[in-house]
Amino acid sequence: MKDILEQLEQRRATARQGGGQRRVDGQHAKGKLTARERIELLLDEGSFEEFDMFVAHRCTDFGMEADRPAGDGVVTGWGTINGRMVYVFSQDFTVMGGSVSETHGAKICKIMDMAMQNGAPVIGLNDSGGARIQEGVASLAAYGEVFQRNIEASGVVPQISVIMGPCAGGAVYSPAMTDFIFMVKDSSYMFVTGPDVVKTVTNEVVTAEELGGASTHTKKSSVADGAFENDVEALSEVRRLVDFLPLNNRQKAPVRPFFDDPSRVETSLDTLVPDNPNQPYDMKELILKIADEGDFFEIQKDFAANIITGFIRVEGQSVGVVANQPMVLAGCLDIDASRKAARFVRFCDAFEIPILTLVDVPGFLPGTSQEYGGVIKHGAKLLFAYGEATVPKVTVLTRKTYGGAYVVMASKHLKADFNYAWPTAEVAVMGAKGAVEILYRSELGDKDKIAARTKDYEDRFANPFVAAERGFIDEVIMPHSTRRRVARAFAALRNKKLSTPWKKHDNIPL
Amino acid sequence: MFKKILIANRGEIACRVIKTARKMGIQTVAVYSDADRNALHVKMADEAVHIGPPPAAQSYIVIDKIMEAIRATGAEAVHPGYGFLSENMNFAAALEKEGVVFVGPPSPAIEAMGDKITSKKIAQEAGVSTVPGYMGLIADSDEAVKISREIGYPVMIKASAGGGGKGMRIAWNDQEAAEGFQSSKNEAASSFGDDRIFIEKFVTQPRHIEIQVLADKHGNCVYLHERECSIQRRNQKVIEEAPSPFLDEATRKAMGEQACALARAVGYTSAGTVEFIVDGNRNFYFLEMNTRLQVEHPVTELITGVDLVEQMIRVANGEKLPFAQSDLKINGWAMESRLYAEDPYRNFLPSIGRLTRYRPPVEGKTSGGGIVRNDTGVYEGGEISMYYDPMIAKLCTWGPTRADAIEEMRLALDTFEVEGIGHNLPFCSAVMDHPRFTSGNITTAFIAEEYPEGFNGVTLDAQTLRRVAASVAAMNRVAEIRRTKISGTMDNHERRVGDNWVVTLQGESFPVTIAADKAGSTVTFADGSSHRVESGWTPGQPLARLMVDGDPLVMKVGKIPMGFRIRLRGADLKARVQSPRQAELALLMPEKLPPDTSRFLLCPMPGLVVKISVEEGQEVQEGQALATVEAMKMENILKAEKRGVVKKINAAPGASLKVDDVIMEFE
Repeated sequence: MKDILEQLEQRRATARQGGGQRRVDGQHAKGKLTARERIELLLDEGSFEEFDMFVAHRCTDFGMEADRPAGDGVVTGWGTINGRMVYVFSQDFTVMGGSVSETHGAKICKIMDMAMQNGAPVIGLNDSGGARIQEGVASLAAYGEVFQRNIEASGVVPQISVIMGPCAGGAVYSPAMTDFIFMVKDSSYMFVTGPDVVKTVTNEVVTAEELGGASTHTKKSSVADGAFENDVEALSEVRRLVDFLPLNNRQKAPVRPFFDDPSRVETSLDTLVPDNPNQPYDMKELILKIADEGDFFEIQKDFAANIITGFIRVEGQSVGVVANQPMVLAGCLDIDASRKAARFVRFCDAFEIPILTLVDVPGFLPGTSQEYGGVIKHGAKLLFAYGEATVPKVTVLTRKTYGGAYVVMASKHLKADFNYAWPTAEVAVMGAKGAVEILYRSELGDKDKIAARTKDYEDRFANPFVAAERGFIDEVIMPHSTRRRVARAFAALRNKKLSTPWKKHDNIPL
Repeated sequence: MFKKILIANRGEIACRVIKTARKMGIQTVAVYSDADRNALHVKMADEAVHIGPPPAAQSYIVIDKIMEAIRATGAEAVHPGYGFLSENMNFAAALEKEGVVFVGPPSPAIEAMGDKITSKKIAQEAGVSTVPGYMGLIADSDEAVKISREIGYPVMIKASAGGGGKGMRIAWNDQEAAEGFQSSKNEAASSFGDDRIFIEKFVTQPRHIEIQVLADKHGNCVYLHERECSIQRRNQKVIEEAPSPFLDEATRKAMGEQACALARAVGYTSAGTVEFIVDGNRNFYFLEMNTRLQVEHPVTELITGVDLVEQMIRVANGEKLPFAQSDLKINGWAMESRLYAEDPYRNFLPSIGRLTRYRPPVEGKTSGGGIVRNDTGVYEGGEISMYYDPMIAKLCTWGPTRADAIEEMRLALDTFEVEGIGHNLPFCSAVMDHPRFTSGNITTAFIAEEYPEGFNGVTLDAQTLRRVAASVAAMNRVAEIRRTKISGTMDNHERRVGDNWVVTLQGESFPVTIAADKAGSTVTFADGSSHRVESGWTPGQPLARLMVDGDPLVMKVGKIPMGFRIRLRGADLKARVQSPRQAELALLMPEKLPPDTSRFLLCPMPGLVVKISVEEGQEVQEGQALATVEAMKMENILKAEKRGVVKKINAAPGASLKVDDVIMEFE
């Protein structure tokens, strides 16, 4: 009996060594942690329960039968993050470069199936050279099986990908279908085709970092939702994000004790909106002053900064925030901002996270590049996402909201529950100057007349009361009491139920 | 008494005057420019009159506009504060003509003291000690030696036309005087085409010490002792104190009496300040007289108990001083830190913008038996404007001794929360902990000598570092335990927060073990020593007040991944609190050095590129203008820090840049 116990320990020890000390040292030398070290940091201490430690591949081509490492290049299992269950897979670059074989894929599929069945998020730590070429189509099939589960799990349990090394070729499409992708700066990259192929096909000379590094994907492509300095920080911040998310689509957004007065008054907000309507201000200040303890987890910080998305808590409960940022492009909506915010709104709606929308929007960005790029369809994504969302929706207008963008930004017409406006808010088809130029084209030569017309228009429309008279604004609130009003609004919506007509699924303008 | 006074000023001093006026039952009128529409002094005053666009030259110093405001409101007197029109004799005269009382000295006194040469002459005649020197033409080096001997070594030999140190020599003996005279003369001739030379006493180890005087219209004049203002940066006072740690009773008395003599000589009334330069042997020499309320007057008020503004108003109203010289004793010690909107890490560049957070320490009596006073003209959510003096507040503390006052100041600075703009609070903290400052051995060269490379933050001493490490370990535990209380945890399988942590800060790692009980935590270090931390801090509080081993510790707290940003005592630290395993693995992480920015011209402030003055491939010399960036309508010329060749220009005129955006790269 004792021998058998020892044998188990031995087998475990071998499996835990991964690709051996030399490869582990190599991994460390690249500033990367091993698959198991990463799991240790991601999960609560001692909470990891492993599956399939002894799974080995079955390939016999190219002499592969001689090398059948236990685990087959991926560590899978479940554990807890602050006591809440998550499933995790962590690719082991030290074992066959973390390449995906039939069995490697099957291990991932197993925990994804369990995650869906048991209602817990899936976190993938990606560090893989790609398909295991020796296995041929079996490897591709493995990818396909994973993709299919990513699709099925979408909207059922949160899926988070952390790219912590290479992720190239078909492999990118699994993270691509998850809810969030994070990258580690300088040691991760993602692309469909690598620099060598790019050189051969298009003659472009580009480094892996330029082509698919963290900077590229957080700033240019928007493939990634955030980037971190190193493995340790990335895993710590993923834990922080998980604290904002429900475990599955049948749960409410999580709640935790909070140390912040829901009625906290912020007198400084009374002066947040500058006197000069053309002067920008930082909408993040408002977000931080509404949030519990000023805690904000921003999503896609470096992309389409004219709109801000991320998570805060109000009275301990997670809330998704979408806010125009007057500091960037005057906070207008454009293709990138619409796509970014639409995806975020849909995530929140899928997982019962209430949505707070802070509005100061001059309209959609005009121009050929926008129209040629299809701003009509992309803008419609955000409109669609807000309109279909059935979670509690609270909207605060701070300064202006013009034209179609007014309707898009969680207006009353899109079934927002509470629409508040600051006294500085203007709801209009357009700003006074533009409106007067159209309405009084014949008087344009006469400066005094135009000035008078502009003033008339401002007096009539440059306020929230026209909209409030029609009930499109539920209440005009004092800026300093915004946190209290928002908190009470969400409190009043805790039991919100809204049914939608049966459909197989909608047809959002993708 | 007046029923209504107008304050022809803005900012903290306007607020300061309003406070006293209100206490005296006098109605107040504020004036404001467009930029000050929402300013604190406008809110505090009973009435406010708009006087024009933001630039002071079009508002606060336009005499006609102030006169209009006076007529419109019926103010009977005007307090000018400091700066602006406070030492403008035309203003005083205009008021006189209009029959409005000027809360300040009579205009002839302002005029007499307004000119450096005249004032020195009057001072000499009044028996006030002035810097000995010889202003006439000096024929040759023999005469130079003779004059130098009469003045007494060391002497400074200066070119009349000189400036910037050119043609300047310091001589400690006859030989140096002779040689110095000749070389100065040659240098002056070649540099300025004017070889006139003069010689004056060279003041060694100079300290700036000034005497506060107060005179009424009945011939009474008293001095309210001295203030020392030696801590200056480029002639801008940063820290002041009263009394001076340097003066003895005899010197104080002599300076005070001379200051009063000068005031009498010019028929001075109201509050005024006579500035002296004092050398290492307590020889003092008259510099100038400021015929107004001084910025740093609160320290005098704190040690004498006299409200100088009240006395100024009473004197203006013709009342007699209610005290004699013998009534004016020095009680304890007072410190003042001037909080400026200047970023100390960016060579004290002005920083303007919105005060997203502004929480000064609580004023009044402290638990340590001291007093905190904060004179300010701003509020949270207010704007620091580019148009005026960048001073945010004057933070003053009082204690029975100098050491007490300094300790109170340290705590008050640590408690003072200012966010949204760059400010010199860390620098003031650094000075309060500087051994040379605490020893009192200061001169006007203190900042230049002690911070020759500018201010780069503070390195905490080992003891403070451990106190901070213990504190963040205890604070982190509170935050981590809260995280485990989230909804949806797995029953019976909750996370247990461990007792062992590793705190890393300021390049040092401290493995600690925390034993927590109801009242606090005992944090034990690897060497077996421990600290007791007690605090009501909860996550999200930006200011942590702790008791560490029974002594207070106050620090500003921000959240960063795996730890806190901690600011105290002028230090700005990233404190990581990690599990032992996290800390172990963190050691494997590559150290990422910040990019070498010496090869780049970075935009120092958010602004608009107006002009690029060089081309790619061009060689530039140190000090050469490279680009012009307009920030809030101010054109800032960015110059080359060293010789180099422009490799690439990244910004074109018209580009709108953020702080640290790369304007150009050098080879």
